[in-house]
Amino acid sequence: MKTVEEIKAAIEAAVPGAGVEVVHNPGPSGQHSLRLDPSHAVEVAKFLRSDAELAFDFLSNVTGVDWPDREVTEKVRVTRPVTRTVDGVEQTVEETVEETRKHVERGCLEVVFHLFSIEKKHGPLVLRMRTVNRTDQVELPSLTPVWRSAEFQEREIFDLYGVVFKGHPDLRRILMWEGFKDHPMRRDYVEPDDFDYEPTAHDEVLARAKAHQAALQAAAVGHEGTGAD
Amino acid sequence: MAVDEQLKSEMARQGIVVTSLQELYNWGRRSSVWPMNFGLACCAIEMIATTMARWDMARFGAEVFRPSPRQADLLIVSGTVTKKMAPQVVRLYNQMPEPRYVIAMGACAISGGPFKQGYNVLKGIDRYIPVDVHIPGCPPRPEALLQAFIELQKKIDAQPLTGEGRPRFLDVDAQGEFPVPEPGEHDLEPTSNKGVWTVPVVIK
Repeated sequence: MKTVEEIKAAIEAAVPGAGVEVVHNPGPSGQHSLRLDPSHAVEVAKFLRSDAELAFDFLSNVTGVDWPDREVTEKVRVTRPVTRTVDGVEQTVEETVEETRKHVERGCLEVVFHLFSIEKKHGPLVLRMRTVNRTDQVELPSLTPVWRSAEFQEREIFDLYGVVFKGHPDLRRILMWEGFKDHPMRRDYVEPDDFDYEPTAHDEVLARAKAHQAALQAAAVGHEGTGAD
Repeated sequence: MAVDEQLKSEMARQGIVVTSLQELYNWGRRSSVWPMNFGLACCAIEMIATTMARWDMARFGAEVFRPSPRQADLLIVSGTVTKKMAPQVVRLYNQMPEPRYVIAMGACAISGGPFKQGYNVLKGIDRYIPVDVHIPGCPPRPEALLQAFIELQKKIDAQPLTGEGRPRFLDVDAQGEFPVPEPGEHDLEPTSNKGVWTVPVVIK
């Protein structure tokens, strides 16, 4: 199989302005992937499937990744003028200090596709796509029109991560029920507070169970208080 | 009126059989419990094995697995009950005619098991319907299911037809239909049937 760099070049030759990016995997597997620009993804997918040399005719797996907003703390060396008294004389000296700066890196939802070629017996080629953010701009193009096997897996990602696939023929929840509001595979998902009976609780579950008991007791005390009035 | 056990066995040796309506009735009920043909997960495979030649549940009168809840006496909840499936399980139980019994088979059915902390798994079917016998195990061996079944038979045998502790179908005031939980925005609503399940007290 061609290397990802070669595939990237082939894509860019076939789809002008495709905006493909190589994401290197530093691990021993060296399974590098290509990050697609969502606006050209369907064209690129069609090319990958129909190109005679690549012929990625089989989409084996679609999965989601949640990248939450994260606070990045970095130390920056800053040079600034400082007024100091040296030997009884006030001077302005340039001083370099280390400063800790924090900024929030905006999270996103990522979808990963694994492609194989049955015809050419090669693969996998890993494709990635990212949404703009995790809240309101979560749309990505659906690749179901190109590989039919994406249908249920994209529904699953829609269900569990909340990525909206444009062009999907039947985008409904697949594992959770209609009317369910959350996306359970997101990192910030909080499961419902049903920790009323945890006989063997430990760690996180123990903390949740204790919080549940405390809330119950507080509610009971509050109830008694109103009852006495 | 119960017959003195000693007198009974003495008379049986003489070729006289003495019984009571209750005994006869319960013998009939326990000897032909028809389970429902219903499986949820891997425990169902063990349940199937239990019915086949090697363990042969037919020896205990439970060979006829009915494919309809209308003809079944016993619901074997064999496997993980997901929150999406729980309303259907309760509905199936509601559709069974009395007398009806429930065996919760395996860690998942009794408590959620290894998936207890999952967002999608019910923490035990006994939160919605009354369970007669719980079997731990992941999955329980067919022998365990057979033992649970024998325990259920003992339970049926011990049920009086009148007075306290009589089966539900002989009790006019007993609850016949169990509320089916509604799938809500975050969880099933309600999260348990308070009339069936109360939070167990953990003694440490």
